[in-house]
Amino acid sequence: MFTVFLQFLFSGLTVGAVYALVGMGFNIIYNSTSIINMAQGEFVVIGGLFMWFFSETVKLPFFLSAILTVLAAGFVGLLMERFTIKPLKSNDLLLMIMVTIAVSILMRGLLMFKFGKDPYSYAPFTEGEPLNIAGAVIQQQTLWVIGITACCIVLLFLFFNRTMMGKAMRACAVDTTAAKLVGINVSRVVMISFILSAMVGAIGGIAITPISLMEYDKGPMLAVKGFCAAIMGGLGRGRGAVIGGFAIGILESMTAGYIHSGMKDAVALVIMLAILFFRPAGLFGSVAMSKLRKF
Amino acid sequence: MGRGNSIALVLLVLAVAGLPFVTTGSYTLTVGIFSGINALVAIGLCVLMGSAGQVSLGQAGFYGIGAYVSSVLSIKFGLPVALSMIAAMAVASAAAALLAVPALRLKGHYLAVATLGFGEIINVILNEWGPGGPSGFGDIPHLSLFGYTLSSTTSNFYFIWLCVAAGLVFSLNILNSMTGRSLRAIHGSETASIAMGLDIVALKIKVFVLSAIYASLAGALYAHYVTFISPSSFNLFYSVLALMMVVLGGITNVWGGVVGAVIITILPELLRKFEEFDVLVYGLILTLSLLFLRKGLVPLLIEKAARLKGGTDARA
Repeated sequence: MFTVFLQFLFSGLTVGAVYALVGMGFNIIYNSTSIINMAQGEFVVIGGLFMWFFSETVKLPFFLSAILTVLAAGFVGLLMERFTIKPLKSNDLLLMIMVTIAVSILMRGLLMFKFGKDPYSYAPFTEGEPLNIAGAVIQQQTLWVIGITACCIVLLFLFFNRTMMGKAMRACAVDTTAAKLVGINVSRVVMISFILSAMVGAIGGIAITPISLMEYDKGPMLAVKGFCAAIMGGLGRGRGAVIGGFAIGILESMTAGYIHSGMKDAVALVIMLAILFFRPAGLFGSVAMSKLRKF
Repeated sequence: MGRGNSIALVLLVLAVAGLPFVTTGSYTLTVGIFSGINALVAIGLCVLMGSAGQVSLGQAGFYGIGAYVSSVLSIKFGLPVALSMIAAMAVASAAAALLAVPALRLKGHYLAVATLGFGEIINVILNEWGPGGPSGFGDIPHLSLFGYTLSSTTSNFYFIWLCVAAGLVFSLNILNSMTGRSLRAIHGSETASIAMGLDIVALKIKVFVLSAIYASLAGALYAHYVTFISPSSFNLFYSVLALMMVVLGGITNVWGGVVGAVIITILPELLRKFEEFDVLVYGLILTLSLLFLRKGLVPLLIEKAARLKGGTDARA
């Protein structure tokens, strides 16, 4: 009984880690621009598929492939910002959100053109026997996913609190005009937020692909789940998205295990609607702060 | 309704009435039928986006409710099709109101998020509990009106475009009424509208329910024409497609919805040869039209026409 529970818990933590990374990606862009980037899920797909391309087709060593993948994803984020977000530069949030939807479809089209509709996978990071914890079987890759996510969280935390650029980005989140007044290059902050958020998504994709496979059209569902995570934790709050992501992942896997696997995808959405209706500031956000927001 | 709209409506009626006479075979008419069905969804979304400044990413949910409720009522409960279609529209508007009341109370674009969630939940429900599950079900009766069954392609084509024309006239009238002007005021400035004493939440809810009625009518028409439905026709991709129609055609003019719907419906037919490229082409069109014709085709053409006229008429 407990063993089964533990098994569900670990599979929940694994997907939850990816939702958390996607949720953080949402927050990074949202904080600097107030835009909800609907292409966030595609960054994860890019991570998985590019990693497959570099390591299986080009046959580069693992580390080099991973680094190239993350850099390539960052470059895609850069292109997206420079060619669609920046030229449009509108106060009409509706328009901006629609552009991100358009770009996500474009990316899906390109990915399908290159990789087709088949799911891809590659070998786990480390070979070896799965671990046995209280009877539950845990793949080594699961630990990698959770560990890498934890590292990302810590690095992002250090970036936002200890570096000049990170602090500038936080300043933009509070008030863009005031940030400009103190000499912060807002245009650069926006660009970096897209690069960073694409990289974070791609890291999630690289780590999860050996477990859950990756195909060109996985993006929208990942984006929806990550977005639920961000909403649950309070939009714009980094720690909120992490807790939200793991919570949604665990609830999803419990629902699939104990109730019915078909209901799995509805869980995150029901939670999101409930949060929107009863506590729109999110579980950890402050109500007063959320009233100041544009979105 | 204005002279421009009347002329456009007459042209539309002539084009629709004439099409079956100039085409051979049912292929063109079938594409025409799907254009009409999509146009209904797009008109509703256009009114919502252009006048209330809200976006819905869940029109597929209402489209699906329209199709499923109407089909199930007419098959399992033996209700006349016309009646079950009306019931389906009632169910969709009730769902829309339930969704809109909490979501629109909040400032900003929460409706977009709420509708996205709603649409996906409806899709999960249809997959899990809909008759036939993911593979859907068939043998849905055709619509019968006054003893005449709409089973031929031509009769369906005429009836569906009659609905589109009626939907157009209805939405144009609404937009020109007190309600429409209030809605445009909201889009201009919410604060100013509140100061003028407008109940903006109630107005937004009304127009969202209206968009759901359009989508559910389209869904019911779809089900009773095709006579077979499955959940995959009512997924997030359809919601995005509907959005694409409206953006391409132009959100500030309901004709934009019709033009966008026709283009987006015909496009994949033209792209049949490049099956692998369809997503790519959709993405390109949507991105480019947002970047370069921000206002959409119809408002842009009207502007161009006004400028041409401006050459002879100094006031324009």
